[in-house]
Amino acid sequence: MRLTISADAIRLAIPALSLTMLLAAVFWLQPRAMSYVGLNLLFNLAVPIALATIAQMLIMAVNDLDLSMGTFVSFVACVTATFLRDAPMIGALILAGVVMVYAVLGVVIHLRNLPSIVVSLGMSFVWAGLAVLLLPAPGGQAPDWVRALMTMKPPFAPMAIVVSVAIAAAAHLLVMRSSLGVLIRGVGGNERSVERAGWSVLAARAAAYGLAGFFAVLAGIALVGLTTSADANIALRYTLLSIAGVILGGGEFIGGRVSPVGAVIGALTLTLAGSFLSFLRISPDWQIGAQGAILIIVLALRLLLNRVEKREKGR
Amino acid sequence: MRMLDRVSRSPWIWSWLAAFVVWFATIMVTGGASTLDLSQAALTFAAFSIIVGIGQMFVITLGPGNVDLSVPSTMTLAGTVALKLMDVDNAMIVPGLVVAVLIGIGVGMLNYALIKALRIPPIIATLSVSFIVQSAAIWTNRGLRIKPPSFLADFTTANSFGLPNVAIIALIISIFAWFLLEKTVYGRWISAIGQSTPAAKMAGIPVDGTRFVTYVFCAVLASLAGYLLACFSGGAALNMGSEYLLMSIAVVVLGGTAVAGGDSNVPGIWGASLFMFLVVSMLNTYGLGAGIRLIMTGLIIISVIMLAGGRQPGAR
Repeated sequence: MRLTISADAIRLAIPALSLTMLLAAVFWLQPRAMSYVGLNLLFNLAVPIALATIAQMLIMAVNDLDLSMGTFVSFVACVTATFLRDAPMIGALILAGVVMVYAVLGVVIHLRNLPSIVVSLGMSFVWAGLAVLLLPAPGGQAPDWVRALMTMKPPFAPMAIVVSVAIAAAAHLLVMRSSLGVLIRGVGGNERSVERAGWSVLAARAAAYGLAGFFAVLAGIALVGLTTSADANIALRYTLLSIAGVILGGGEFIGGRVSPVGAVIGALTLTLAGSFLSFLRISPDWQIGAQGAILIIVLALRLLLNRVEKREKGR
Repeated sequence: MRMLDRVSRSPWIWSWLAAFVVWFATIMVTGGASTLDLSQAALTFAAFSIIVGIGQMFVITLGPGNVDLSVPSTMTLAGTVALKLMDVDNAMIVPGLVVAVLIGIGVGMLNYALIKALRIPPIIATLSVSFIVQSAAIWTNRGLRIKPPSFLADFTTANSFGLPNVAIIALIISIFAWFLLEKTVYGRWISAIGQSTPAAKMAGIPVDGTRFVTYVFCAVLASLAGYLLACFSGGAALNMGSEYLLMSIAVVVLGGTAVAGGDSNVPGIWGASLFMFLVVSMLNTYGLGAGIRLIMTGLIIISVIMLAGGRQPGAR
């Protein structure tokens, strides 16, 4: 028993350690970042990315992959900046509707045994089209309450950190502690045995997709709260960022092995990598490349610590 | 009847059927006036997705999780560097091609080095590499737009025997790929690894070598496509590869290659590539706006995959 706890802890220690190291490097380069305002600026954009990463993680927990995350979050951002402000009722209905669409996608993918990659690829065109219809040019305005929520200044810790911790805690309770979460991860681990045990795999997959849609909607709303206006291409990077965040946080593509706390930490790491590079004054040409290099270094670190984990197990 | 039965069961027939329906729906609107133009344009633009799609298919055949996301940045880097080297000089065409292929080999080796040495999942490894390669492309390009050598510009936009030259190149590559897959030991090895890597290992197949060659092959095809595309469109642009990321995956899967790996087919790539271009041109012909066009494209992709149906895993 003690052995498994230690293995799990090490699994989580890897992303936490890389985040700490990156944060230390940022503080060393720019000591002024070590303040309330500084931290808030560093992690501001992490909130929507963390939410999108949790959404992607839920889908990866049932062995699927969502390639439409970026366009979906963009679409939600467009709805938030237009309908949710001007006609809150209709806006809320649309957002509830698209969460239902996500659940239905889960049902269709399960019933027809379709590759989720292709279905979400198709959906990414649909969301992009809807977003372009809503906002052909960048514009719209964030609803006041969203703006107020995202720019709130709680005591002790900046909003971005408070929200990230809250997201991690909520997702942890949902995925690791609730029976629904266990069921969802069970589908990823061994679909057949879940079915034989009398559970409905269909319902589990629909729930996973619906919850993913819900978190992605929150990501879109949070994003508009930060940027104040929206654009049909605002969050296209989120597809790859969310997948990378889950993997950085110790998740796996198959087998239902995911970690919500790790995923949030992964998202924070990715956000921080961007700030770190601008502090380093790397030429803009190489910014993207350096981000790739950081990704590689962090994963190399993970390999190293995985070896340690193996040695622990072997003992 | 038995022939019909066999054809209807082959996975590639759906993409061809879909491509034909869309082609027919388009020429019905234009009254058959631009049939030849449409077909030639479709073949030209499909040729690029066919070339990158074949590379991607080899990688996807390796099994779950294997996909190469560095395709677009490899295309961009190869196109940019080759055009810069050739510098509008017809005599430099061959060195340019060699450099493009070398870039492909380099990217492929880097991809597999990360996958193997750091045991990173291929999606993340190729994603990281693509960031680095994209940066290298930005650095070499510097916003310049160098024209391709006149001979290459003419060659890639011209037809011979009524077929676009780039389509003929794609056809040669496809036949080569088909031969590799169906007639050589290497092709059998890829499928075997995709169906079960542990079993392939036990059967004594050099799994690492095969995967290495496959990632390099995919990157080389991507750089070749980038070289041709840069010449075809009159210069390399930094975003020229971006649409080929999703396109290369879409044509592979729509073409009937199993996403779970181990089962590939070349003809399907042709059907799917033609289909993807024809859908867009059909919706253009109907005069629909960008938003509606995107929505329709997405819905059509989903309906095609639903019609073709998910094959039961294990069913052959």
